[in-house]
Amino acid sequence: MTTAEISPPTHPVAGLPKAREKMGRRFAYGFLILSIMPIVVGYSWIVVATLSFRTEGLLPRNAEGGIGGFTLSNWDFVTDGAIWNAMFNSLLIAVAMVFGVGIASTAGGYALSRMKFAGRKAFLSMTLVLHAFKAEMLLIAIFFVLRWLGDIPIIGNFVGFNSVGGVALVMIALELPLGIWLMKGFFDNLPWDMERAALIDGASRFRVWWQIMLPQVRPGLAALSLFTFIAGWNAYLVPFTFTIGTKVANMPVFLNQLISDTAPTNWNQVAAVGLFQMIPLLIFFIFTQELLLNIYAGGSKGS
Amino acid sequence: MRVELDNLSKSWDGVVGADKITLDISDGDLVAFLGPSGCGKTTTLLMVAGIYKPSGGTISFDGRVVNEVAPKDRGIGMVFQSYALYPHMTVFGNISYPLRIQKLDKAVIKDRVQKVADMMGIGDLLDRKIAQLSGGQQQRVSLGRALVKEPQLLLFDEPLSNLDARLRLTMRGEIKRLQGDLGITSIYVTHDQVEAMTMADRIAVMSKGILQAYDVPEALYDRPKTLFVAGFVGNPPMNFLDIEVTRDNGEFRAKSESIDLILPQERAEKAAAVKGKVTMGLRPEDLNLAEGTSGHSGPTLSGVAETVEPLGREDLVGVGINGVEMRVLVDKTRGVRVGDNLDLQVDPSKIQLFDPVTENSLLWA
Ligand SMILES: Nc1ncnc2c1ncn2[C@@H]1O[C@H](COP(=O)(O)OP(=O)(O)OP(=O)(O)O)[C@@H](O)[C@H]1O
Ligand SMILES: [Mg+2]
Repeated sequence: MTTAEISPPTHPVAGLPKAREKMGRRFAYGFLILSIMPIVVGYSWIVVATLSFRTEGLLPRNAEGGIGGFTLSNWDFVTDGAIWNAMFNSLLIAVAMVFGVGIASTAGGYALSRMKFAGRKAFLSMTLVLHAFKAEMLLIAIFFVLRWLGDIPIIGNFVGFNSVGGVALVMIALELPLGIWLMKGFFDNLPWDMERAALIDGASRFRVWWQIMLPQVRPGLAALSLFTFIAGWNAYLVPFTFTIGTKVANMPVFLNQLISDTAPTNWNQVAAVGLFQMIPLLIFFIFTQELLLNIYAGGSKGS
Repeated sequence: MRVELDNLSKSWDGVVGADKITLDISDGDLVAFLGPSGCGKTTTLLMVAGIYKPSGGTISFDGRVVNEVAPKDRGIGMVFQSYALYPHMTVFGNISYPLRIQKLDKAVIKDRVQKVADMMGIGDLLDRKIAQLSGGQQQRVSLGRALVKEPQLLLFDEPLSNLDARLRLTMRGEIKRLQGDLGITSIYVTHDQVEAMTMADRIAVMSKGILQAYDVPEALYDRPKTLFVAGFVGNPPMNFLDIEVTRDNGEFRAKSESIDLILPQERAEKAAAVKGKVTMGLRPEDLNLAEGTSGHSGPTLSGVAETVEPLGREDLVGVGINGVEMRVLVDKTRGVRVGDNLDLQVDPSKIQLFDPVTENSLLWA
């Protein structure tokens, strides 16, 4: 009895926190599951809806009101050329943006971070101010610019009004202030010595940028590319404003065209097209998840 | 390659980095730029490298002014404190980079990189990524990258200050030996005066952008021309006392409340001509603990041990003499403790004297 009291009560004390820890973890998971429920339910509905004639809540209904009534007819559009055309246009805009924004931002960001030139300060503050202008405010002015561009022989066909190139150009321009500032920030964080060493090793300024500095900002460039791609893929306002008809429509515009004012809208089909639009992004996310986590967790390490 | 700096200056609207530096580096010499942080060592070095454009003055290599020559055409190799390696390349990629830019033959590149890497003792690490190397190994890669071009001039910017004390000692010797063997003219920036003293053929002491002295190490140590040089060169640093030098019928005396010493004529003559106080400098190693109380020669000072710092073989003792603290190196076997009464023996032939206003030496200036 006495010995039992004197000896340290290892078991109960060690056991208690373990149980508490388990409880805590359960609570945390419970909270997380609860908080993503709306999203999960929403997506589930979309998936179910695209495969049914009509739905009631999450449940598909057949003509008699019972459970059932699955169909693939909502997906008929995949055999239609128009959707593939729209998807191709979306891809074109997104890829053009990734390249345009990527190249201009890394080059401009480097110059603004590392080089001295007249008007550098003014340029920096100007881009920041420009970024504050929403695209909506600029639509009319951009319209005139695109019209003017379209009148230029030869290149006008690619970048003028009602062309995929024109839409991409406008989207790139709108995205650039953010991109340049982002990349400038990444370059600002790189040590000068590495660059000096490369200059002494015999590299030209361009080679320094291309071979030494760019590899160091790869995580930043990857993040920028990703945001730009998503922005381009989902672009709606600019393509909607500066394109007419289905030939140059991208996915969101195509989706909008399904919702007509005169005929009743087949919402299940709209859901199917929406899901279809998401598929490339989903695949992309699945494959780059690890990279993305790295970027969000703190960017470039190891230098 | 002979390097001459003539009135070389650099400033950024108002901020002075280097001010009218003039010095001459003989072919094959290793010159150390020594000075406290912010004194302009790196600035001067980067001007020699061609990274900074001088605001004034000229840089000449073998008599040819190179102010307008691009860094890559100056025939230099540089080693940085941060190593400045390219983290996305392997060791081979780093060392071979200068050669790949020159578009040399693949086999030649491989050969030369292997040779340099072997010389640096990293021959078996060529496939490693930079992040997989220790600091010491990274420094060797950086040195290898500088050497592989077979440069005419090597620039070092505090290359060892990120290494631990032991490795620093080894690398110090290695760099010195390598530089001597290859006979490449070198500039070595450091704020560690032991490094400068042990490695350099000549030392340029800088302070606040100004070249304070440029001489062989022994001369800087034995015959410092300014107060700054005297205080900066030597470890532990020199003790300074304000004294008055008087001349009494042919005998020179250094006097203050705490001290009364007889000085040799050749040291004291100029100081005696100065009205008022002069600054006397005494190195800790030139002060000895008197043996017992009698039988010694030369002037002595009496004081109390206030601090005792064991340095290993010796103790650095702070001796308070009428309110003035003097640092003295004492053999550990003497077992000095705080509070002990000590008699210090001064070697008058090692005394330095400075004009407190101009801060120039009254012996060598
Ligand atoms: N690019 C710059 N723009 C403005 N001032 C500078 C620049 N580079 C250096 N300086 C200034 O010039 C002075 C000398 O700097 P420098 O880098 O040469 O010192 P240092 O002797 O190498 O010091 P450390 O031992 O700390 O490396 C400092 O006062 C510093 O602030
Ligand atoms: Mg420096």
